[in-house]
Amino acid sequence: MSSTFRRPSPLPGFAPTMAYTLVYLLLIVLLPLSSLFLQLGNLTWESFREAVFDARVLASYRLTFGLSAAAALFDLVFGFLVAWTLVRYRFPGRDLLDATIDIPFTLPTAVSGIALTAIWASNGWIGSWLDGFGIRVAYTSWGIFLALAFIGLPFVVRTLQPAIEELDAEQEAAAAGLGAGRFAIFARVLLPALVPAAVTGFALAFARGLGEYGSVVFISGNMPFRTEIVSLLIVTKLEQYDTNGAAAIAVVMLGASFLILLAINLLQQRVRRLLGSEG
Amino acid sequence: MSGTRRQLGLRLGPALAIGLTVGGMIVLIALPVAAIFVQALRDGIGGYSRALADPAALHAIWLTCLAAGIAVPLNLVFGLVASWAIAKFVFPGRELLISLIDLPFAVSPVISGLIWVLVFGARGWFGPWLDDWDVKVIFAVPGIVLATLFVTFPFVARELIPLMLEQGAEEEIAARSLGAGGWQIFRRITLPNIRWALLYGVLLCNARAMGEFGAVSVVSGHVRGRTNTMPLHIEILYNDYDVTAAFAIASLLALLGLVTLAVKRWTSRRTASELSLAGATTS
Repeated sequence: MSSTFRRPSPLPGFAPTMAYTLVYLLLIVLLPLSSLFLQLGNLTWESFREAVFDARVLASYRLTFGLSAAAALFDLVFGFLVAWTLVRYRFPGRDLLDATIDIPFTLPTAVSGIALTAIWASNGWIGSWLDGFGIRVAYTSWGIFLALAFIGLPFVVRTLQPAIEELDAEQEAAAAGLGAGRFAIFARVLLPALVPAAVTGFALAFARGLGEYGSVVFISGNMPFRTEIVSLLIVTKLEQYDTNGAAAIAVVMLGASFLILLAINLLQQRVRRLLGSEG
Repeated sequence: MSGTRRQLGLRLGPALAIGLTVGGMIVLIALPVAAIFVQALRDGIGGYSRALADPAALHAIWLTCLAAGIAVPLNLVFGLVASWAIAKFVFPGRELLISLIDLPFAVSPVISGLIWVLVFGARGWFGPWLDDWDVKVIFAVPGIVLATLFVTFPFVARELIPLMLEQGAEEEIAARSLGAGGWQIFRRITLPNIRWALLYGVLLCNARAMGEFGAVSVVSGHVRGRTNTMPLHIEILYNDYDVTAAFAIASLLALLGLVTLAVKRWTSRRTASELSLAGATTS
């Protein structure tokens, strides 16, 4: 039966490895995830709406989505600069700089959280200096913004870097030969070619920000209506034994991140088709 | 005149870009990393080793190693098995299966813990049944292991599948036609071809398993000396204003992350040079 299902191959082991893969996937990922949706069966439409559109929950959506977008935008601008510098210029310490990009990926989130707080709190290295100007970062929304910018930066740099590497130097030279200024070359020739990678990097950083927990909770202050992110609200609901409420909010957030990832996939398919039809 | 201005602009541009990049990276990333070690050693080596020798800290380190020691081998076996099935055979639904394996990456840490509470919690699917048998999963070690399994599920598979798809199955099929058995093919041909990606996948999986905070925090119950992993112990110490001890534990995890990163750069260079070598010899 399996030979009609898959293309014939002389290699052994398809049936047992495929069976193991599916069973393990089902047990560790699919069944536990489905509990989230089954839990919604306990809720009436009214109670679901109440849980999902409560004023405190709405405030935390605004905060989380707004700051994730702002941080991803910052990452897009600064990440572009970093990626551009790394690809186009050779300078001492470039390799080290390139390695530094991945640190937010490999540092555990709780460690990043207390480290960022130590720097930006009003007694920290930078925080104490900012305090002199009356600027507070830790325990305000600025702190959340900073943590999300920290955690999202590698996503933007690592998607932009290969795209910048692949830019056609000949097109640039041709545009310059036709008398285009540096700004015109940048805006008309380089930027359009980088849009897909930029959008993907932005969306990845944004999606990561929506679910971020460990790096944010230490620096955020966690005040309801002011600095309470959605992930923290889910934890609070669980601690108050409001399992249904926690599950309802979780489904909304999961839906949002699935939509973003789906959009990235569709975008990349379109780009691939466009590039394919050109070549 | 315009020529010299242009030259000046050309020299200023790179200098400005490099300066802004390096400055921004120092403020955003390098300073926080430096702060971990400075704060950990604030009370000298004595304070540092005292913080690590504390029984609750030692227990947290042990529990973290236990959870990673179970989750990483299980996900390693899964990664090898799944990448063999997916990369060496062509079947309908292959793309869908790859997306499903990546699914845990799209689920936020807190939700990754929440789903296990819904399944095994006091009021979850199996809650009453577990209660009858007096087995605790949530707020106990099994919950921590399950949450860790979920968040680190894709790491090994994700490193192997793209590489093995790129390598194809020709070498294995040739070995088969020469009479090699399946296990022999895997050990003598497939494994050497993927060893660097495998090493990196396992290290990444391990770093995440030991460092996971959100998912484990939801299922652990935070019982000091019982259900606290290293990241959870950091949180408790930090909230108790025992900053030096919190950063001492954090420094261990930070070192683990930095070593993982160094090995990643080394292995990806090896893989790249081996791929280009293979390309050079076949073409």
